[in-house]
Amino acid sequence: MTLWRAFAKASAKDIALAKKAITLPDPNLSQKPLSFQQIILKLHDYWSDQGCAILQPYDMEMGAGTFHTATTLRALGPDPWNAAFVQPCRRPTDGRYGENPNRLQHYYQYQVILKPSPPDIQQLYLDSLTAIGIDPMLHDIRFVEDDWESPTLGAWGLGWEVWCDGMEVTQFTYFQQMGGFDCKPVAGELTYGLERLAMYIQGVDSIYDLDYNGAGVSYGDIFLDNEKQMSEWNFEIANTETLFDLFNKAVGECENCLEAKLPIPAYEQAIKASHVFNLLQARGVISVQERASYMGRVRDLAKGSCEAYMAKNGWAA
Amino acid sequence: MADFLLELLSEEIPARMQAKARADLERLFVAQLNDAGLKAGDITVYSTPRRLALIAKDLPDQTEAVSEEAKGPPEGAPDQAVDGFCRKNGVTRDQLEVHDVKGRATYFAVINRPGRATSDVLAEAIPAIIKAFPWPKSMRWGEASLSTESLRWVRPLSGIVAILGDDLVECEIDGVTSGYETVGHRFHHDGVVTIGNAGDYAEKLRACHVLVDQTEREAIVRDGAAKAASDGGLELVADEGLVIENAGLTEWPVPLLGGFDPAFLDVPEEVIQLTARVNQKYFICRDQSGKLAPNFICTANIDATDGGKAIVAGNEKVLAARLSDAKFFWELDQKTALEDHAKKLSNIVFHEKLGTVADKVERVAKLAEWLVSLEGNGFYQSSPGDTFHGEVSEAARLCKADLVTEMVGEFPDLQGLMGGYYAEKQGKSKAVANAIRDHYKPVGQGDEVPTDPVTVAVSLADKLDTLVGFFAIDEKPTGSKDPFALRRAAIGIIRLILTNGLRERLVDLAGMASAPYAESMIEGLDEDTRQSLLKKQFSEKLYLGFMDFIIDRLKVQQREAGVRHDIIESVTSLDSEDDLVRLLARVNALQAFVETPDGKNLLAGYKRASNILKKENVEQSDTKPLSYTPEKAEKALIDALDAAQPDVTAAIEAEEFEKAMTALANLRAPIDQFFEDVTVNDSDADKREARLALLARFRAAVHQVADFSKIEG
Repeated sequence: MTLWRAFAKASAKDIALAKKAITLPDPNLSQKPLSFQQIILKLHDYWSDQGCAILQPYDMEMGAGTFHTATTLRALGPDPWNAAFVQPCRRPTDGRYGENPNRLQHYYQYQVILKPSPPDIQQLYLDSLTAIGIDPMLHDIRFVEDDWESPTLGAWGLGWEVWCDGMEVTQFTYFQQMGGFDCKPVAGELTYGLERLAMYIQGVDSIYDLDYNGAGVSYGDIFLDNEKQMSEWNFEIANTETLFDLFNKAVGECENCLEAKLPIPAYEQAIKASHVFNLLQARGVISVQERASYMGRVRDLAKGSCEAYMAKNGWAA
Repeated sequence: MADFLLELLSEEIPARMQAKARADLERLFVAQLNDAGLKAGDITVYSTPRRLALIAKDLPDQTEAVSEEAKGPPEGAPDQAVDGFCRKNGVTRDQLEVHDVKGRATYFAVINRPGRATSDVLAEAIPAIIKAFPWPKSMRWGEASLSTESLRWVRPLSGIVAILGDDLVECEIDGVTSGYETVGHRFHHDGVVTIGNAGDYAEKLRACHVLVDQTEREAIVRDGAAKAASDGGLELVADEGLVIENAGLTEWPVPLLGGFDPAFLDVPEEVIQLTARVNQKYFICRDQSGKLAPNFICTANIDATDGGKAIVAGNEKVLAARLSDAKFFWELDQKTALEDHAKKLSNIVFHEKLGTVADKVERVAKLAEWLVSLEGNGFYQSSPGDTFHGEVSEAARLCKADLVTEMVGEFPDLQGLMGGYYAEKQGKSKAVANAIRDHYKPVGQGDEVPTDPVTVAVSLADKLDTLVGFFAIDEKPTGSKDPFALRRAAIGIIRLILTNGLRERLVDLAGMASAPYAESMIEGLDEDTRQSLLKKQFSEKLYLGFMDFIIDRLKVQQREAGVRHDIIESVTSLDSEDDLVRLLARVNALQAFVETPDGKNLLAGYKRASNILKKENVEQSDTKPLSYTPEKAEKALIDALDAAQPDVTAAIEAEEFEKAMTALANLRAPIDQFFEDVTVNDSDADKREARLALLARFRAAVHQVADFSKIEG
């Protein structure tokens, strides 16, 4: 028996123990589903127990948690890295003025990154679902092929979308490349769609009806106005000249940072350019032909930042 | 003899890859056995989302011992050569044997390869199979992936079970070692399952809620879904692709019936079906009257503790959200007139050298209008005098408008169909809506061919524009590469023309289709091409390439109908017959004729005449008055030609090709008799020349119908 097998065995035992702990009678769990913030807190607890650093959201607009430096940049290089965090995501074109119960231009992802990917990563993930009240003997949990690719980040990976009773609740990816570089070692990335998961757990049909804090505040109380105003701004008001200007300035500043061999600030400017590009898309001022060229520019910035990050740390490709 | 079990345990293998993976596993395993000189009895392969397995029956305990002789240098050769030979074959000098080879004493090394234990062969074969496995996409994982050379598999490989008889076949690859242990169902069974041998594998797994045989799971999905539907008083819409996919997503499939709000049935049926099938992998059902029912069947992977109630409720919610998206798109799209949707086509590039989709639509519209302005081309059949001009013009300008709708953005497969629905809702005529819906048809060989004149005009114009455009920029298919689906477009053109009896020459169609390309500024068109297009006709070179392409497709397309490619060749090779309807009528009449005894004999006579003419280098016939009295058979042939030639000409003119064949058939007896009785190569130069001229005249008469030299047999 190799070390690996021994490890797998031990971890199966741990899991059984963990399961026992979870099925201990919890009056809150059996009576009332978790509130939005409780789900986050439970996940924080759970992943903290697995040795993850619990980070706070990145303070910049981004389209997905994957853009967080804790994912993108930390996926590079040989150092082990385990972290979990909530990341607000902005996708201007998904705005629906608060009128669609399933779509938002601003929402939350829960991100976990485990590097190198541990052998029991699937079981760790499934136990996290149990921790937030999803019973796998009552619900149909499935790993359905869904490979991930981000042309903007020059990244791809293989994995699944995880289905719970037919609903995609998590994106599960083994990163193979980031910024055009092979991941050595490979990191496992888990991205939970928090609102979807909460809607599922709470059994509500509209995001805005989600119980946010278990004490009378709904998701709509906090975000409905935000969705209405931001949709209007994204689609109708945002000054496109200013946006084009911002895009070019971010590009320029990124290049400036790259020249100074400062990969992290360079990468921040790439994130900025990417978000401004998304806003320009929402304003409908980028033609199909131009789209590819803008995306190419953002990709070059992101790849350049990753390259500089590798160089700064003295890692070979 | 012993049975062998191999199981490769991994994280979830994509359903779509499993069938090929099973075949690959068997192929690679058999190849490894062959290399070792082993042969198994029956081989069975299994797959579930988490494992690939193989059972090989009746493997011998060891490979056969082999004794081989290697021929070396002759006796007395230099020591260096003999020693080298010994080293190469791993023998010592005193082990060499000497045999006589053609009178020369020669060294031989006898190499005995003893039989190897089968378990040793397998222990090497398993890692080799894993390393060589051709997954469509594979990945690295875990600590080992610090090196890019680490093991690759479709998803992380977590275990190997390898048992020969009752004994473990010990092997190891990249830290994964073989054992007796595997796992059961992810949720129904905790901990490991210990397998004893190939015989108890499937049953041990079954006890742990894993049905390892995909055919059994497929049957459960197929029959279970049908039963779930009929229990609900409904009929399942069978879908074998979904059966296989769901079986590939489950180790313990449980079909469950769910429902959705009947209000969603306002949305077109195709949309509901696609939403359910593509996004959720659900089956759909019909009610007693055949109408789509507000129900679906999903396939769970567990026997849930509540009998599946929560699972059904969850799936119902997901489908409801999807359908409300679809309903939203359906309603939103209708708020904008197709005419306004169509304006956005100027933002979509059709091809960088061929302009935007809006440019294409304008070309198609003009071409379609021209098509219906032609008289006697088949568009007039249903109501003489009606040119359909208005409807064709409208349908063509709206036919691509649905490409920018939300619904087609979500479901690209619905292009055309949605445009048709939106046109209907907008109060367009039935002909216009049908043309928008069906203008992509026929898609390939099996698809139905439109016959509604408006649809035919738009469909034909669309395909001609595509084919001619890509030929003009030299983007022709090569080998298996046909990124713009030009072969399919050509087949579409052929089938539209033949099915609808459209009497237009390809040269005119291509010429008219190419005209707008020259007028618009197309980057990358060379000046010669542009100039020739500007003359409103395809350059000869382009046209010939286009024509060859169409005729090639025609040969492929007609093969199924039993039409011989050599007959098509014989008709197209002489004059440039490019009216496809007439061409095929000629081909059919000719094929029927050459398969009769008259036809076969005439063909034989033609080939004989043709060979003589070729040998004598006679190109054409100059019939001069005869300076001598012809022989009887010679006179008979002259008379027959005098009679037949005008008949053949008249029949072809009238497109009565069977009549033309009958007229040709009258030449058969005279030509046979001529070869029987008359010497062509007469010593009298006058006679010889006259008879060669007569044969040339005969050949020319036959060529009025076709170039018989292209006909095989």
